[in-house]
Amino acid sequence: MLETPLSAVALIPILAFATAPATDAPEFKGPSILDFFPPAIFFDGNEFFEMNRIMLLRLVIVSLIFVLFWLGTRKMQLVPGRFQGTIELGLEFVRKSIVEDLLGQKDGKRFLPLITTMFFLVLFMNLTGIVPGINIAGTSVIGLPLVLAVAAYIAFIWAGLRKHPWTFIRNSLFPPGVPWYLYPIVTPIEFISMFVLRPVTLTLRLLMNMIVGHLLLVLFFSATAFFMVELGGWWIAASAVTLAFGTAFTFFEILVSVLQAYVFALLTTVYIQLALADEH
Amino acid sequence: MLAELIIAADEAPNPLVPAWYDIVYSLIPFILVLLLFWRVVLPRMQKTLDERAALIEGGIEKAESAQAEAKAALEEYNTLLAEARAEAATIREKARAEGGVILAELKEQAQAEAARVTATAQQQIEAERQAALVSLRAEVGTLALDLASGVIGESLADDKRATSLVDRFLADLESDSASSTKAAK
Repeated sequence: MLETPLSAVALIPILAFATAPATDAPEFKGPSILDFFPPAIFFDGNEFFEMNRIMLLRLVIVSLIFVLFWLGTRKMQLVPGRFQGTIELGLEFVRKSIVEDLLGQKDGKRFLPLITTMFFLVLFMNLTGIVPGINIAGTSVIGLPLVLAVAAYIAFIWAGLRKHPWTFIRNSLFPPGVPWYLYPIVTPIEFISMFVLRPVTLTLRLLMNMIVGHLLLVLFFSATAFFMVELGGWWIAASAVTLAFGTAFTFFEILVSVLQAYVFALLTTVYIQLALADEH
Repeated sequence: MLAELIIAADEAPNPLVPAWYDIVYSLIPFILVLLLFWRVVLPRMQKTLDERAALIEGGIEKAESAQAEAKAALEEYNTLLAEARAEAATIREKARAEGGVILAELKEQAQAEAARVTATAQQQIEAERQAALVSLRAEVGTLALDLASGVIGESLADDKRATSLVDRFLADLESDSASSTKAAK
């Protein structure tokens, strides 16, 4: 989706320098998967607590969320000010547009903390991808998307089993309305879709969007630097193009960040709703 | 194309395999933020929403009670107005009746006065008539004697017979008139 034809055209010149470096021509170094595995800062070598800049940034974001939401709701006024109003707007968006819309008031109240956490955690972690100086999303390493997807997985299975174990399993594995002789085909598909693919797609959708977003931005901006500094001359014109694309994709990344946070929270809610439904 | 540009490092870890430290530093933020929203932020938000709803409901109640009060006041005012109107009508009616009585009394008094005046006048007239009659009788006697002296050519004034005749005549006349007056009455 992100590799639009236009952006591909903008990057064609750089290919020559990346794939077949001439003997004396400067070599272009593109973004690397190693960007997501930066060197450790603390506890180097510790299997469980080794901390690199991405892990550190996650903790910083958590403190930022704490400060924002703690202060934003510390002295709640009945007539909110600007700051409190913004915080309330965000919380009310999740509550009304996502949770209560799909689950209703009663069930919605139980799952509201989880969905709110998912939305804001993903949103803030995504947005670090375009913050200058950080330039990498907290969700672009698999751990966080995976933990959140597992939380969603546990939530919807728990919701279904607690409300009506047998209906939940029957609806999930033997969908009503399907002729019985199709069950040998449908049931394995349903099983894989429900208990394997849902958490996997939740994880990969978010992870890949963030990884690709980072790679694209780095590609455009490092190409811009390469054209301007390493090559110079007429190549500066090409750098203008890649700079423009880089800027455009930065704005696009904001959209993607919000959208992915919304999609993650919404899908989790939908899964819970399906698990709670009496009939499909 | 993206793949061609991305450096494939041999020693680079697979981005799809989570490292343990990655899981740890994902669980910690998730649990912390979950606790923040679950235990702090959302209850505060709920409290504010409840208070706001209570405030709005309270405002509606207040407005309703004010309206009820206004309605009660209007009804009271209308009742008072009706009472006042009725009272005014009673007073007017009473005044009219009293006026009638006063008028009748005055009429009676005037009639009595008129009657009294008439009676007085009649008495006076009667008295005057009597006086006139007495004086007339004396005059008529003298006149008759004068006339008769003239007719017979000599004075009858000293004549006792003539004088008694006249007196008798007058007495007859008087008794006649008295009887006729009685008959007329």
